[in-house]
Amino acid sequence: MGKAKQPAAIAVPKKKQSLGKYFSSHKWLYFLFVPGALYFIVFKYLPMFGIVIAFQQFSPYQGFTGSPWVGLYHFKNLFAGSDFKMLLVNTLSISVLNLVFYFPAPIILALLLNEMKSQFFKRTAQTLVYIPHFISFVIVATLTFQLFNIQDGIVNQVIQKITGHTVNILGGPQYFRGLIVGQSIWKETGYGTIIFLAALSGVDTQLYEAAKVDGAGRLRLLWHITLPAIRGTIVLMLILKVGSILNTGYEQIFLMGNDLNASKAEVFDTYVYKRGIAMGQYSYATAVGLFKSVIGMIMVLSSNWFAKKCGESGLY
Amino acid sequence: MIAKTKSTKIKRSVGDQIAQVLIYLVVGAFAITTVLPFIYVIAGSFATEAELTQRSFFLVPREFSLNAYKYIIKNGDVFKGLKNSLILTAVGTLVDMVLTTTFAYPLARKDFKGRTVALNMVIVTMLFSGGMIPTYLLVSGLNLLDSFAALILPGAISAFNLVIVKNFFQEIPKELEEAARIDGSNDLGIFVKIILPLSKPVIASISLFYAVGHWNDYFNAMIYITDSKKEVVQTVLRRIIFLAGGIDLNGEAIDYGNLGLPPEKAVKMAATVVATVPILLVYPFVQKYFAQGVMVGAVKG
Repeated sequence: MGKAKQPAAIAVPKKKQSLGKYFSSHKWLYFLFVPGALYFIVFKYLPMFGIVIAFQQFSPYQGFTGSPWVGLYHFKNLFAGSDFKMLLVNTLSISVLNLVFYFPAPIILALLLNEMKSQFFKRTAQTLVYIPHFISFVIVATLTFQLFNIQDGIVNQVIQKITGHTVNILGGPQYFRGLIVGQSIWKETGYGTIIFLAALSGVDTQLYEAAKVDGAGRLRLLWHITLPAIRGTIVLMLILKVGSILNTGYEQIFLMGNDLNASKAEVFDTYVYKRGIAMGQYSYATAVGLFKSVIGMIMVLSSNWFAKKCGESGLY
Repeated sequence: MIAKTKSTKIKRSVGDQIAQVLIYLVVGAFAITTVLPFIYVIAGSFATEAELTQRSFFLVPREFSLNAYKYIIKNGDVFKGLKNSLILTAVGTLVDMVLTTTFAYPLARKDFKGRTVALNMVIVTMLFSGGMIPTYLLVSGLNLLDSFAALILPGAISAFNLVIVKNFFQEIPKELEEAARIDGSNDLGIFVKIILPLSKPVIASISLFYAVGHWNDYFNAMIYITDSKKEVVQTVLRRIIFLAGGIDLNGEAIDYGNLGLPPEKAVKMAATVVATVPILLVYPFVQKYFAQGVMVGAVKG
C-alpha cells in the first residue's frame, strides 16, 4: 500500500514551494479565478455593505458616507407600524399554504408517475407537465386573467351556470392566496417531480419483489419501501422551502396584485420594491429587506440543524 | 426480467387494476390542465373578436382570422421586444456561462490555494444577500440603468449553478489532466481542451437554466429599463395585457390606419402566443438536458 502511493508523490513535488513559485506555476488558474471572484465581490458583497443605509437616513446626493445616521429608527418604524402585521400575516399565509398544498404536490405526482406501467403514457405526461416551468410569470398571469376574469373567463362562466352569479376571483382579496398557491401548483408541480423521480429510480426493485412474496400490499410497499427511499430528498427540499418562508417572490405576487386585492397581495418582497424603488424610501426599504434576509438565514440554518439532529444529511 | 413482469401482470388483482385506472385518470387530468390554457390562447389568437366575445372557451376557432397578428406586426412592439429578448438571452447566457465555468474550475481543483475561503464566500451568498435596494443602488451607481448590462451582470453567476458545475468538474478523472500537463499544457489549456469538452452535458443544462431565466425575466427589466427602445418581450406583453391595447408607451392612441380599431382580446392572445412560441420551439430539443441538470445537481447539493 505504502509503495503504491509513491508515484503520486513524485508527480506532485513534496518539497515546500515558495508562495511566489506557487503563484507563477498556477498563474492561469488565478487568471480563470479573477473574473468570478470580482463578480462576487462587486455584485454580492458590495450590496451587503450597502446594508448600512438601513441605519441611515440615506439620500443619493449625500451618499453612503455623507448621509446622517439614525440607528434603529427605521426598524422601530417598521415594527411599530400597522404595515408590519399585515406583511407578516400575508407573507406567512401564502408560505404556509404553499407548504401544505404546493410542497406535497410534486411528491404525489412523482409517486403516481412512478406507478404507471405504460412508459408511453408516463413520458407523454412528463413532457406535458414540465412545460409550465419554462413559462414566465407574465404569461402565467396572462393565462390566469384570460381564464378567470369576471366578464368572459371560462371559470366564471361555469360558476355562473352552477350558482347563477359570477365571482370576482381576480379582484377579491379572499381569493388571492388560493390563486397564488394554485398558480404555483400548476406551474411547478411537474418540474418538481424530476428530483423525486430520480430518487425513486434508485430504489432496488428486488426490495419490492421480496416484500410482495411476504404478502405486502400496495400501500405497505409505498410506506415501507418507496417513501423511505425518497425521505432524504423530501427533507432536503423541505429545508429549502422552510428557509425561504419569507421569500414569496416578487414577480408572481406583483403581477397578480391589483387595487382591489391589495390588502392580501402586499408581502415583504413587493413592499420593499414599492417603498424602496417606486417611492424612493431607500433606507426604510433596506431595513425591511434586512429583516427579511436575517429571518431567512436563521430559518435555513435552524431547519438544517434540525434535519441533521434527526439523522438526515442536511444541506450544509 | 421480461418474464418476471409478465408473470406479475397475470397475477395482478382487481384492486391493482382499479388503482392503475385511477392513476391514469389523475395524471391525465393534470397533464391536460397544464396544456389546455395554451391551446385555448393559440386558438383564440386566430379567432375573430366576435367569436371571442360569444364563446368563452374553445379549442378550435369557428372562423379563422389573422387579424390579431396583423395588428401586432403593424404595432411592432412585440417584435421589438422579441428582438431585444433574443439579444439579451444570447449575450446574457454567454456571459453567465463564461463567468460560471471559469470560476468553477479553480474551485474544483483541490490544489488551488484559496479554494476553501472562496467556496465559503460563495456559500455565504446563498444564505444571505444585500437585498433588492442595495443592489439597485449599486447598479444605478455603476451607471448601468437602462442598459442590458443591468439585466445581465447582477445575476451573472448563480451560486447554485456554480456548485453544480464545480461538482461536475471534480468528477472528471485527474489522470486526464495529468496526461495533458505532461504533454505541455498549462492550466488554461487543460480547462479549454480537456475540462470543457468533457462537460458538455452540464454546460448544456446550465446554459438552459440561464437562458430561460433571461428570457422570462420581468422584474429586473421593470426596475432597470425605462427606455422604450430597450423594452424586453415580458414587459411589452405585460403592458399589452394589462393596459389598453391601442395605446403606446407615451399614453397616446396608436394610429392603425385602415386596419381600424384593434381586436383587443385576440391581440392579447396573439401577443401571448408570440412571447411563448420561442420557448415552446426549443423545448423539445432541450428537454433531455434540463432533467439531466436537475439530476447532476441532486447528486451533491
